Amino acid sequence: MTTINLEKVAAAFKSASEKLSRRIIICGGTGCMANGSMLVRDAMAELLKQKNVDVELELKTEENGEHCNFTGTYLSKSGCQGFCQRGPLVHIMPDNILYTKVKVTDVPEIVEETLLGGRVIERLLYETVDGVKCKGDHEIPFYNRQKRVVLHNCMIEPENVNEYIARGGYFGARKAITEMTSEQVIQEVIESGLRGRGGGGFPTGLKWKFTLASKNDKKYVICNGDEGDPGAFMDRSVMEGNPHAVIEGMIIAAKAIQANEGYVYVRAEYPLAVKRMRHAIEKAEEAGLLGENLFGTDFGFRLHVMEGAGAFVCGEETALIASIEGKRGMPMPKPPFPAQCGLWKKPTVINNVETLASVPFIMREGAAVYRSCGTEKSPGTKTFALTGHVANTGLIEVPFGTTLREIVYNIGGGVTDNSGKLTGRDFKAVQIGGPSGGCLTKEMLDLPMDFDTLKTVGAMVGSGGLVVMNDQTCMIKIARFFMQFTQNESCGKCVPCREGTKQMLALLDDIIEGRATAETLELLEATAKAVQLGSLCGLGKTAPNPVLSTLRNFRDEYEAHVFKKTCPTGECKALARPEIVADKCRGCTACARKCPVGAITGEVKKPHHIDPDKCIKCGACKAACRFDAIIGL
Amino acid sequence: MNNTTATMTINGLKVAIGNERNLLELIRKIGIDMPTFCYHSELSIYGACRLCLVEVEKRGIMAACSTKPEAGMVIHTDSKDLRMMRKINVELLLANHSRECPSCMRSANCTLQSLARRLGVTEVRYKQTQKNAPIDKASPSLERDPNKCVLCGDCVRVCTEVQSVGAIDFAFRGANARVAPAFDKNLNEVECVNCGQCAAVCPTGAIVPKQQREQVWSQIHDKSKTVVASIAPAVRVALGEMFGLKGGENVAGKLVTALKLMGFAEVYDTSFTADMTIFEEATELIDRITNKKTMPMFTSCCPAWVKFAETYFPEFIPNISSTRSPQQIYGAVARETLPGKLGVNPENLVVVSIMPCTAKKFEAQLPKFKHDGRQDIDYVLTTVEVSQMISSMGIRLDELPISAFDMPYGFATGGGVIFGTTGGVMEAALRYAVEKIEQKPLASVDFAEVRGGTPRKEAEIEVGGTKLRVAVVHGLGNARKLVDDIKAGKAQYDFIEVMACPGGCVCGGGQPITQNPELARQIRAAGLYNADKTQQLQKPQDNHLVVRCYEEAFGGCPGSHKAHERLHTHYQDRAQLFDAQEIMLGMPGEGKVDVVVTVHTVKQDGENKEAALLSQLVAYAKQQNLRDKVVIAASFNPARTNDGKVCVAVGDNVAEYQIDGDVAASAALKELTGLIDAAVK
Amino acid sequence: MLETMEKTSAMKDYLVEVNRILEKNNYSESRLIPILQEVQEVYKYLSKDMITYVASSLGVPPSRVYGVATFYAHFALKPKGKHVFRLCDGTACHVKKSHGILEALYKRLNLSAEKNTSDDLKFTVETVSCLGACGLAPVVLLNDEVHGQATPEQIIALIDKIEAAEKENK
Ligand SMILES: Cc1cc2nc3c(=O)[nH]c(=O)nc-3n(C[C@H](O)[C@H](O)[C@H](O)COP(=O)(O)O)c2cc1C
Ligand code: SF4
Ligand code: SF4
Ligand code: SF4
Ligand code: SF4
Ligand code: SF4
Ligand code: SF4
Ligand code: SF4
Ligand code: SF4
Ligand code: FES
Ligand code: FES
Ligand code: FES
Repeated sequence: MTTINLEKVAAAFKSASEKLSRRIIICGGTGCMANGSMLVRDAMAELLKQKNVDVELELKTEENGEHCNFTGTYLSKSGCQGFCQRGPLVHIMPDNILYTKVKVTDVPEIVEETLLGGRVIERLLYETVDGVKCKGDHEIPFYNRQKRVVLHNCMIEPENVNEYIARGGYFGARKAITEMTSEQVIQEVIESGLRGRGGGGFPTGLKWKFTLASKNDKKYVICNGDEGDPGAFMDRSVMEGNPHAVIEGMIIAAKAIQANEGYVYVRAEYPLAVKRMRHAIEKAEEAGLLGENLFGTDFGFRLHVMEGAGAFVCGEETALIASIEGKRGMPMPKPPFPAQCGLWKKPTVINNVETLASVPFIMREGAAVYRSCGTEKSPGTKTFALTGHVANTGLIEVPFGTTLREIVYNIGGGVTDNSGKLTGRDFKAVQIGGPSGGCLTKEMLDLPMDFDTLKTVGAMVGSGGLVVMNDQTCMIKIARFFMQFTQNESCGKCVPCREGTKQMLALLDDIIEGRATAETLELLEATAKAVQLGSLCGLGKTAPNPVLSTLRNFRDEYEAHVFKKTCPTGECKALARPEIVADKCRGCTACARKCPVGAITGEVKKPHHIDPDKCIKCGACKAACRFDAIIGL
Repeated sequence: MNNTTATMTINGLKVAIGNERNLLELIRKIGIDMPTFCYHSELSIYGACRLCLVEVEKRGIMAACSTKPEAGMVIHTDSKDLRMMRKINVELLLANHSRECPSCMRSANCTLQSLARRLGVTEVRYKQTQKNAPIDKASPSLERDPNKCVLCGDCVRVCTEVQSVGAIDFAFRGANARVAPAFDKNLNEVECVNCGQCAAVCPTGAIVPKQQREQVWSQIHDKSKTVVASIAPAVRVALGEMFGLKGGENVAGKLVTALKLMGFAEVYDTSFTADMTIFEEATELIDRITNKKTMPMFTSCCPAWVKFAETYFPEFIPNISSTRSPQQIYGAVARETLPGKLGVNPENLVVVSIMPCTAKKFEAQLPKFKHDGRQDIDYVLTTVEVSQMISSMGIRLDELPISAFDMPYGFATGGGVIFGTTGGVMEAALRYAVEKIEQKPLASVDFAEVRGGTPRKEAEIEVGGTKLRVAVVHGLGNARKLVDDIKAGKAQYDFIEVMACPGGCVCGGGQPITQNPELARQIRAAGLYNADKTQQLQKPQDNHLVVRCYEEAFGGCPGSHKAHERLHTHYQDRAQLFDAQEIMLGMPGEGKVDVVVTVHTVKQDGENKEAALLSQLVAYAKQQNLRDKVVIAASFNPARTNDGKVCVAVGDNVAEYQIDGDVAASAALKELTGLIDAAVK
Repeated sequence: MLETMEKTSAMKDYLVEVNRILEKNNYSESRLIPILQEVQEVYKYLSKDMITYVASSLGVPPSRVYGVATFYAHFALKPKGKHVFRLCDGTACHVKKSHGILEALYKRLNLSAEKNTSDDLKFTVETVSCLGACGLAPVVLLNDEVHGQATPEQIIALIDKIEAAEKENK
């Protein structure tokens, strides 16, 4: 096979895209596709053709060895652009218009008005919290306050390797393979300060160094795309939107540790990511970017995709390895570490998707450029999945050191109520790092988010899930939710985690259902500590974190449940004791009319009263009251 | 590592690092009995029980079983946190445990129970979560109570890693995780060979040998019955451990006294029938050698090995000696001679066998060992069961005087006694065979090459001008490797002894539980070799009472017709154990024609012709609209075939059909469709 | 009973297919998970006999394959309904009240966490944690179709639609 000439491919793509009269990028991520983005694309192509506009869905960059001369409209797709909530998204270039929530029925108008008429359709634009219409993403605070490095390429056509190359793709790999030694590659990564994005924040360069030091004729590189943290989807969108960056990162890692084979382990819940990764590997093989004798050297690298089968614990390295080997995904004690004894007992490097996708940039631009953003000890950017009670949910990327306030209020657009509306609800907490993370409170809104600072407050960057919670959220129920999750996902191997999470869940239920005493709290804390210290793998070691951090930050809420037998937010039904605050009650009778059991009495225009013996805690009255007079539910 | 200088610190004490594989071994070496469930020196490291946690300075809390000692390491085995964790750990386990200690087989010998006591667990603060899973009592050898399982995985690992059987494994996950045979079947429905090694490593009462104590008591208490017992060799060197005596001490004499006190009429020595086994087995070997019959020959006295071979290597069935095990020879001898000798009605003779073994319980109830409608051996008691029966009477074995075995079946040579350890059967057989072939007295009765704990022992013995190549393996994993080597032509032997349990019967599944199996094996074996020396005679052929027994009841000599009938057996191909059938068409029901095609699951060269035939039959039945009239099923067979034939049953008509080649295949299809047509009419 | 009906109508060359899968994966023990995934893809669930068949073809104890099949959430050892609802109960969906949808589904189909497939094998309701479409929370998958920002009413309407369509076909 002839060696690929990256410069030529890049030039061809650039020349072809410069000739385009228009490029329309329709989001082809899971979220937008679910909302029909591909139907929008097909309808648009069809209609444009009817209007005699030349349309291509796949851009050829060379024809018979010549640069392509297509001058029509290129309808490309992209990976997830992070703003799924507003999807399907349609970008129109070079006009730089972003339409949101586009439906098939909007297509004729877009074609008529915008594509043929050059006019912007106001109603399809994004409108900020303050009612400002934004024409393109550059005007949208959700986007323009971010710094997109890893996600930058998510606007490219994920199924076109040439576009990736045109954006500098595979130049890093070529440099590493043809110009650098393994030691030099590792040195560069060490200097960049890159830390693992899989949760632990372990310096990537060091990990590679240890694996290089384990001498063996066979070694493996594994990309951890298990992303089991519920509420996080960064890795999915990278694999869907920019699969070649992952491949390139893996090639560089392979060069660094002298491996010649690798696996991409993807959760099976991500069928599109699986498909795009497989497709990208195929294309990379065709282009001679994977396989034997890369770039004319004797270095070779082969890549396989393995689909998970539904077990969160398989995100843990040793369990992941067991799973690839066809076994139950039960973690093994470390040491030995995978760097010494990994897949098939061979030295193995396991890195997170995002970690690997950051590597090509470092190789291409150098450690110093990479370091120019982020903090001293946590350089670079981090993607977060921002979800929960926040106006703009989605995928964001910001430099390390950005504050929570910036994320929640400026990028996220503020805290919403339970129905997703901005009604002035107060911020209560953010759960960071999912079931293994902790909660951050109001007091921590101005904390710079980086690996080390978060540790000092008992939280962690983790995978990058950020769940915003408003003041109507009961923290104990949240702690219980995570406990339920870890309990379900425990592999059942070791005693503290298997039995401890089960008992912690039962203790939390006691608290939520009003059976708890001071001993319950004591035992909960002691058990949490035993599980944390004693468990075999990270799942168990971190499972008590949500409980411990809520105990630390919201102790009063626990105490209210335990000693006063009330739930301050009214979420815990068993503890509900609805009462009408006489001062607030206007005597409108709305509640009394809604109560299914006739528990509310009172005269018109006089404060009403609830009979606690009759009340079945259904909450109908509270929903009916327009004056917030009913509490304790 | 530099053994001479490397040291580390444990609880402030400077300790030299030897060749310990992990911190746990080192900690135990200095006399601290670190509690564990999941560590077993002969199994892979599992790291699940988290009881062995220690604090390693600068590194934090680590599991001692999975951490290597390193020079300069400073560790503590106790601290406030560690103590708190261990206690919570045990409490958590107890909360998910059926706490029925008083009625539990393992009470007083249970790691969980003793840990709770040691750690001062005085209450369980957690909610009881144990779910009352059904107890598996179906196996004749073992009983599994999942409600007492701590999921340490020792049984799974011993069954897989040591025995290469894998009858049990983990299933489900998290709070539902359990150890179970496939599809939560009972043990007797899967490949389990009944060796009981799982019970031997289980730290709790979750897998225990099946009990027959009560049945035996009621026979003893039935005045019309005459209950006789025979004691296997390995029992005598382990039983003492249950009464505070040292392992390896021969307590045969005390045991005879105890059994008499309990009400057994006669007490014999299974070493006698072991001698007799050698008469038959060595005769068979000589016959195979001189008459160039199927070789190599395997021993047959371990029923776990026999079932293993029947299951995984049915093609070697002709290679297994047809001689019955000493237990079953005892059964035959007892039934044939005792009613006359003791003057009892045969119906009232109760034959009990005292064994180190759980597989013998399985063996005793096999239909082939029924004679005139009754099992030759009525009950099999393990060493532990017998010790519990003794204790239940308040008898203090250690203080008993000794008694002699009853004659004539209480007289044995050293050859019969060493049967209880790996290499023993081989050595006894060599003592017999070499002398018989060479026709002159043996210079030395010791064959040291076949002794000891090496997984596979090999020797070449000069006999009568030729070399006899022998091998001895113990542990079924080692047996599997040996047979695989033979199959691959990588090894050649004439005579092979196989014992399923590592170390042989001295560490059988019915023996007292030991924390240090390696040591137990050594001292118990040493006990047997001592007994060999102190026995009057060493060579089985010198046992004149065996000779007399032949004269009285078994046709006068080994190999006679009567001997063949009562002292030999046959074996069963159990490869079809996976009796899985997949129905391809139709629904089972009355009056339907069953069509069953045997499909071999092992990788075929090229297309699987059997599967192809099957789908053609299905297609035919559909096309002819026979859905309501036939049931077409595949029966899976894990063996390999190369003969191009397929076995098909159409109703009662079972036959083989040639299907290699298109012509043959279409002929077979035609014949079969014809048969189906005929059957549905 | 239904099991057999389903099988015979859906599969032509039953064993030919599983043999093809085994062959494709080189009869390699280490490919156990992909093999089970593919077998399930074709046969919809892993029957006892199919697990035994795969185990004995690969030369591993059935208990091991059973252990693997019961470890991973995706393997079904019982037949599933024709229409499978997979409701996300990941963090993002949970805080957006996904359990309301679950309760509505259970109620409408008379199912529960223990019994998640209807007797007529028409519907199965499962929960999963995070489908990676958290921006659309709460998310429900009906077979392969994603329904984002779902409400109980909307999901119940889907059932009505399926039932109406099936009535029409009869
Ligand atoms: C229970 C558990 C789940 C995990 N899940 C993931 C995951 O989904 N993705 C991931 O990249 N790392 C996960 N990890 C962390 C990995 O074990 C591992 O540390 C990581 O992949 C290393 O990559 P990095 O160095 O690039 O961070 C998980 C760890 C634990 C203990
Ligand atoms: S901590 Fe939990 S998940 Fe990890 S090995 Fe132990 S039981 Fe399994
Ligand atoms: S919670 Fe329900 S039952 Fe109680 S007072 Fe309000 S409406 Fe009536
Ligand atoms: S609805 Fe509110 S304001 Fe009206 S009567 Fe009830 S409590 Fe009072
Ligand atoms: S297994 Fe141990 S702790 Fe459990 S009941 Fe038996 S003796 Fe007691
Ligand atoms: S030890 Fe205690 S609980 Fe057990 S039997 Fe004796 S008195 Fe009862
Ligand atoms: S008795 Fe032997 S074969 Fe049977 S489960 Fe136990 S260890 Fe395995
Ligand atoms: S049965 Fe015994 S050995 Fe096996 S896992 Fe349970 S406690 Fe451990
Ligand atoms: S080696 Fe002995 S104790 Fe073990 S199964 Fe065989 S006969 Fe029984
Ligand atoms: S899928 Fe389109 S923005 Fe996420
Ligand atoms: S012995 Fe170390 S974890 Fe069980
Ligand atoms: S939490 Fe439901 S899709 Fe992520």
